[in-house]
Amino acid sequence: MFKTFRCILMRDLTLAMRRRTDVLTTLFFFIIVVSLFPLGVGTEKETLRHIAPGVVWVAALLASMLALERLFASDYLDGTLEQMLLTPQPLSVLVLGKIVAHWLLTGLPLVLIAPLVGLQYHLSGESIGVMMLALLIGTPVLSLIGAIGAALTLGLRGGGVLLSLLILPLYIPVLVYGSGAVAASAVTGSDLQAYFSLLIAFFLLALVFSPWATAAALRISVE
Amino acid sequence: MSINWFKYSAPTTFYPLAGKMVPWFAWLAGLCTLFGLYWGFFETPSILSDQKQYYRIIFIHVPAAWMSMWLYVVMVCWALAGLIFNTRLSYMMASALAPTGAIMTFLALVTGAIWGKTSWGTWWDWDPRMTSELILLFMYVGYMALQSAIDDPRRADRASALLAVVGLVCVPVIFWSVNCPDPNQCAALHQRSSMANVEKNILTAMFTMTFAFWMYCFAIVLMRARNIILARESNTTWVAEMIEAEK
Repeated sequence: MFKTFRCILMRDLTLAMRRRTDVLTTLFFFIIVVSLFPLGVGTEKETLRHIAPGVVWVAALLASMLALERLFASDYLDGTLEQMLLTPQPLSVLVLGKIVAHWLLTGLPLVLIAPLVGLQYHLSGESIGVMMLALLIGTPVLSLIGAIGAALTLGLRGGGVLLSLLILPLYIPVLVYGSGAVAASAVTGSDLQAYFSLLIAFFLLALVFSPWATAAALRISVE
Repeated sequence: MSINWFKYSAPTTFYPLAGKMVPWFAWLAGLCTLFGLYWGFFETPSILSDQKQYYRIIFIHVPAAWMSMWLYVVMVCWALAGLIFNTRLSYMMASALAPTGAIMTFLALVTGAIWGKTSWGTWWDWDPRMTSELILLFMYVGYMALQSAIDDPRRADRASALLAVVGLVCVPVIFWSVNCPDPNQCAALHQRSSMANVEKNILTAMFTMTFAFWMYCFAIVLMRARNIILARESNTTWVAEMIEAEK
């Protein structure tokens, strides 16, 4: 089972390495959205520090959602997905492999670029650390939940917009506690442990249930 | 005596049954609305001063809010029944429930905004209940959008059913997260409302209105389900025969 997982993971990573622009597009989308806010809201230091957690998280939500469309689309178009459905290996493991690969390509870059964004918004070093940690735990949840939506909207016209309609409401808890943790460290200075416990709880729950639901959704979509 | 539990799970038998039930529910809804509104407007004491008469919007607001949440649960139950037993009628009921649920949510939001404007002086406050209701509206809209985006009815049914179930799993977490955005002070933020403090006549009117709304939902959902059945089964013989008989 682990071998299957690794096989899918390596395959998706190799495919992505052959087409690097896809990874960079998501990353630059994130950077551009985050950079637009100071231009719209004003560049006052105090204001920026206050809106930073929310802005970064909303941008991360949008970036990971935009990338979701590609999760199953190309495999669906060239028929690979149908072959995956036919394999004797459990589909949820295959799906998990794809989700992990997807996160490594779209979620992890966001985590790594976060310090740069923190500097733009005048966050302290400590807050930047909190932000990176929160993103590190939170972005996998986004990929996991989003995979269900991506599987449901597979091959539909206007799939991208529809996907956002289905998935964004489900992202709210991650948004609330992810940005809450950053805000707590940057502004109010309250205890952070509860935020991280909740984020980790979401991550574990999503890790258990999402591959299974995504597999069911894929079976519905590809009949 | 053996009972055929699944007799009415076939659209053929359910269609006439629903047709017979609709007028009953519709009449009940109408009568209860009349009674509830009368009681709400004339039999409730004027314990509050004249300026605060606007509280009477609760006779619409509270039933609509309750129905909006309840209908989502009912919708998910039908969706689950559809996924488990693979009955077409369950999916049809689920998709018939969604628009009514969305309308109730919208109604609760609008009446809530009007009430908020008169009593708090603002149309919108990011109160946890309002936010939850708004998110509920998004979930209904997502369900309906997914269903209408898929052309193949079988896939549309099953995909939106799965979405509704996933939504129901997430709903408690979402509501809880908007309820206490700061996990360290959750207890202090928690709102309490107690039915015991509400005056008896107000309660009577409110529950009558809730019952009226409930009956209205039954009637309208059954009517919509009948339409969906007709639309989906339009090329079957029993529909053709029925149309022939009505001519």
